[in-house]
Amino acid sequence: MHQFANPARFMRIAGMALPWFSVAAVVLFATGLFFALFDSPPDYQQSETVRIMYVHVPAAWMAMFVYTSLAVAAASSLVWKHPLADLWARANAPLGAGFTAICLVTGMLWGKPMWGAWWAWDPRLTSVLVLFFLYLGYIALVGAFDDPERGLKAGNVLLLVGAVNVPIIKFSVDWWNSLHQPASVLRMDGPAIDPSMLLPLLLMWGAFMALFGALAILRLRSELMERRLSALRLTLASQPAGSRSSSNEPGLS
Amino acid sequence: MSLKTARKRRRLYVLLLALTGLGTATALVLASLGDNISFFLSPSQVHAQHYGAQRQFRLGGLVENGSVERSGTTTLFTVTDTVEEVRVSYTGILPDLFREGQGVVANGHLDAAGVFVADEVLAKHDEKYMPPEVHDALKAAGASIEADGTVVGADGKRYQYQRGSTASPGS
Repeated sequence: MHQFANPARFMRIAGMALPWFSVAAVVLFATGLFFALFDSPPDYQQSETVRIMYVHVPAAWMAMFVYTSLAVAAASSLVWKHPLADLWARANAPLGAGFTAICLVTGMLWGKPMWGAWWAWDPRLTSVLVLFFLYLGYIALVGAFDDPERGLKAGNVLLLVGAVNVPIIKFSVDWWNSLHQPASVLRMDGPAIDPSMLLPLLLMWGAFMALFGALAILRLRSELMERRLSALRLTLASQPAGSRSSSNEPGLS
Repeated sequence: MSLKTARKRRRLYVLLLALTGLGTATALVLASLGDNISFFLSPSQVHAQHYGAQRQFRLGGLVENGSVERSGTTTLFTVTDTVEEVRVSYTGILPDLFREGQGVVANGHLDAAGVFVADEVLAKHDEKYMPPEVHDALKAAGASIEADGTVVGADGKRYQYQRGSTASPGS
């Protein structure tokens, strides 16, 4: 892990991976959406409404995957002071919030015609809403301190505390009576979903992962540049006014 | 061991201890809340807990086959968990997925006669996803699929594809 701790080396590797992620995202979204919208059968009960699932389920998986990665980053920042961990968490929290929002909105669009309600205070729905608020809370908390380092530290504690919610989301449908259906793919007896529907679902999941990979690299890159910029600003500000030449102004050169 | 490694190790122990404590606390809270987190009560739970009239709660289960009676906009049906059952009366438009053998969740209260008067009926969907052709083929072979995902074979054996259990013939 620590061989990637050097930000410069990490950015070199990430820069090489970026085009691959981007191409994979485009290809997988194209094939995944084609299968999801055109070349897959309707469901025997939900008919065409089942197609919402091809966006809803990957978005839900991503929401939990991104949060888990943020919690791992928070732990490695607090324990090992890994230099990229804080940046990873801050850069990717809005992406996780976005995936959670997609999951919630598509779920509501599906719930109205299928259940008969946009929303229900069901254990699964409520715990995913809590996940959304955890993302927003982290973003707000990190930005609320004058000293960015203190903000990141407080945010890391919040991320770790909120990590208890991840298993609650996953198992909420097993532990309690819920309106939301239990897991169809990741379950003890193997998928309860027809292969013709599992294929577009997995393609769309791959597409979401590739998209996240590309966006995470872009966002991490801008976080690193921002950090370098503020370091430059600090150096400049600490110089006596007389020795400052106009060509050194940040943002002008 | 250098001072730096020792400090890292101490931070790791503190973190693991804090997370274990937090996890235990959450587990205890969730365990004591128990069924209060559940979205609905099953007919067995309703019978066991002696819910008085006028107390609002949600009832969930399967719509019993052959139990649906319609008169005007009012629908009467029986919700069962295969052990106990509760008669439900609902006035209004039912969701598209409402049908016999389908899972439903109704919000309402018991009246003096023990009939559950629902203000809202939601259809519960199961975790099974399949194309209509597969469903038809299973049906043509004499099998039927119930709302909880149970496949009833032509020989009358029930194949339970429910979570947590293996796909073996049940009773």
